[in-house]
Amino acid sequence: MSEHEQDRNAVINRVLEERKHQPGALLPILHGIQDALGYVPREAIAQIAQALNLSRAEIHGVVSFYHHFRTSPPGRHTVYLCRAESCQSMGANQLVEHAKAILGVDFHETTRDGAYTLEPIYCLGNCACSPAMMIDEETYGRVTPERFEEVVSSVKEVTA
Amino acid sequence: MSVRVYIPRDSSALSLGAESVASAVAVEAARRRADITIVRNGSRGLYWLEPMVEVETVQGRVAYGPVTMKDVAALFDAGFLHGGPHALSLGPTGKIPYLQKQERLTFARVGITDPLSLADYAAHDGWKGLRAALAMQGAAAVKQVTESGLRGRGGAAFPAGIKWKTVLDTSADQKYVVCNADEGDSGTYSDRMIMEGDPYVLIEGMAIAGITVGATQGYIYVRSEYPHSCRVLAEAIALARTSGHLGPDVLGSGKAFDLEVRKGAGAYICGEETSMLESLEGKRGMVRFKPPLPAIAGLFGKPTVINNVITLASLPIIFAQGAAHYRDFGMGKSRGTLPIQLAGNLKYCGLVEKAFGVTLRELLYDYGGGSASGRPIRAVQVGGPLGAYLPEQQFDTPLDYEAFAAIGAMVGHGGIVAFDDTVDMAAMARYAMEFCAIESCGKCTPCRIGSTRGVEVIDHIVAGRERDKNIALLEDLCDTMINGSLCALGGMTPFPVQSALKYFPNDFRSSLNRKVA
Repeated sequence: MSEHEQDRNAVINRVLEERKHQPGALLPILHGIQDALGYVPREAIAQIAQALNLSRAEIHGVVSFYHHFRTSPPGRHTVYLCRAESCQSMGANQLVEHAKAILGVDFHETTRDGAYTLEPIYCLGNCACSPAMMIDEETYGRVTPERFEEVVSSVKEVTA
Repeated sequence: MSVRVYIPRDSSALSLGAESVASAVAVEAARRRADITIVRNGSRGLYWLEPMVEVETVQGRVAYGPVTMKDVAALFDAGFLHGGPHALSLGPTGKIPYLQKQERLTFARVGITDPLSLADYAAHDGWKGLRAALAMQGAAAVKQVTESGLRGRGGAAFPAGIKWKTVLDTSADQKYVVCNADEGDSGTYSDRMIMEGDPYVLIEGMAIAGITVGATQGYIYVRSEYPHSCRVLAEAIALARTSGHLGPDVLGSGKAFDLEVRKGAGAYICGEETSMLESLEGKRGMVRFKPPLPAIAGLFGKPTVINNVITLASLPIIFAQGAAHYRDFGMGKSRGTLPIQLAGNLKYCGLVEKAFGVTLRELLYDYGGGSASGRPIRAVQVGGPLGAYLPEQQFDTPLDYEAFAAIGAMVGHGGIVAFDDTVDMAAMARYAMEFCAIESCGKCTPCRIGSTRGVEVIDHIVAGRERDKNIALLEDLCDTMINGSLCALGGMTPFPVQSALKYFPNDFRSSLNRKVA
């Protein structure tokens, strides 16, 4: 087992120990793992199943049901573009096209340099400031194509 | 004396740069040795003015906005700490007409107080409702809710008192209160504003519900798209526990009530109450058959009160001031106030809390100021992605559950999204079906398959393929979804589609035919 895998297992075990006794523990566990690792590794499914005394199919069913959970690592930053009605009324569709062109990826894909994963999202509750997007956990409002480029590149510089 | 400067920490204000404004104000104040205290308040809900900075002066609070980082030095030069004039000056906050004309009951404190300050909350009438509820028997408390006329603000508008009575009357070793904070409807953000701007009012409302029906544990199911709300709530719950407003002995009453925040995971369907219960139990968010009602067998099979954030946050004022005070606002069977959220293509988007009865036109033009683009408003969607699209001739409808139902629309959670005349209504109808296909839990066939077929049929219509036949097919499909779906997702997705087809039929012609027409 590589060092990386050992670290990953340690994280998964820690989350399981902390959360498995809560009533309805599965979502809190999946959030804990994804918050720490950026995704829910497929290998974690067997461990979770064992800890909760459920079948692997049941865990897989839950992971795959929710849009938020992912089973492959995202880019260093995840860019969520709102596609909902309010944002559409303020040009979200054009923004989506622009973002895809600038980043060179489609939804659910990661840029070749590993910097950004592009995801659609359905409402950020920022409908008074449409169109909206979120990068990691920061929300941005009134996102014009220019502001999109500005924000996306500033995020990359700061933490990449 | 230290001057209090208010800079919102509401997500939307942050999305427009409030954090950098707050840092700039702190840095500038330090540089000038000005003695200030920065309070990170909720938003007043005047979003075209955010980030809106307020200063407490001898004349009361005065506002400046929208403030950017670059304006900060000039504001200090203009003496804004004493209300000095500046191009961004908005005068006394309370005199801004948009705010002055509102009837803020549920939102009474939002934007005014420091959301996490227990002292602030108590000083602004906080916990009075809970104290009143603690002094009542369960049946009397339920009566209070029934008499207030409060109906579920999540969208279904079911009388809250009836739900509560069922839970109160069902005996069980454990009962729960679940707050539905899965605010997934586009155009809505009032739940978020409460959670971030006045979290204690929600905590107090849930404690009132718990104490009344005999539930000792509550869960707030917050969508994962609201990470900031989750953080504020968790912090507020921890503080309310240390102050004895939550825990094994609420305010020394000997009654227990505690709360936990649970994060959703990006599934719109989990705003449907039974699907939310499944999710809380750690399962796929599959809709349950009813009966049994959640009030009898809900979370983990126990009697459960499920209410939306706004419903629960309206309880403290109902209990503090009495049912009659609340009931005296409103019209017909829609009593009290509704926090309306103006969104989309409007000049002045924001939170407008008004008694029921205000018309759509007043909201769109008197408050909203018309479209942001300056073009005519062509269609309005009220009540989220499952709400009908309304044309201009229906703008005089008053916001009232029954009046909206009468025109085939719904008030829902009070979100209003405006579109200008560049909107393609066939595309919006297609999007409604597409959204349903993405978000369907898959349990019932009309929703799971109907939504995908809906997208295909609309594509055929717009492409001009066997148009009349396909329109008939689409109408038939809508009918099947409405009558055959298990829950509101499949059952109401046809509303935006049918209304688009009814009021904007030309948008469904192929682009070639549209030019000819």
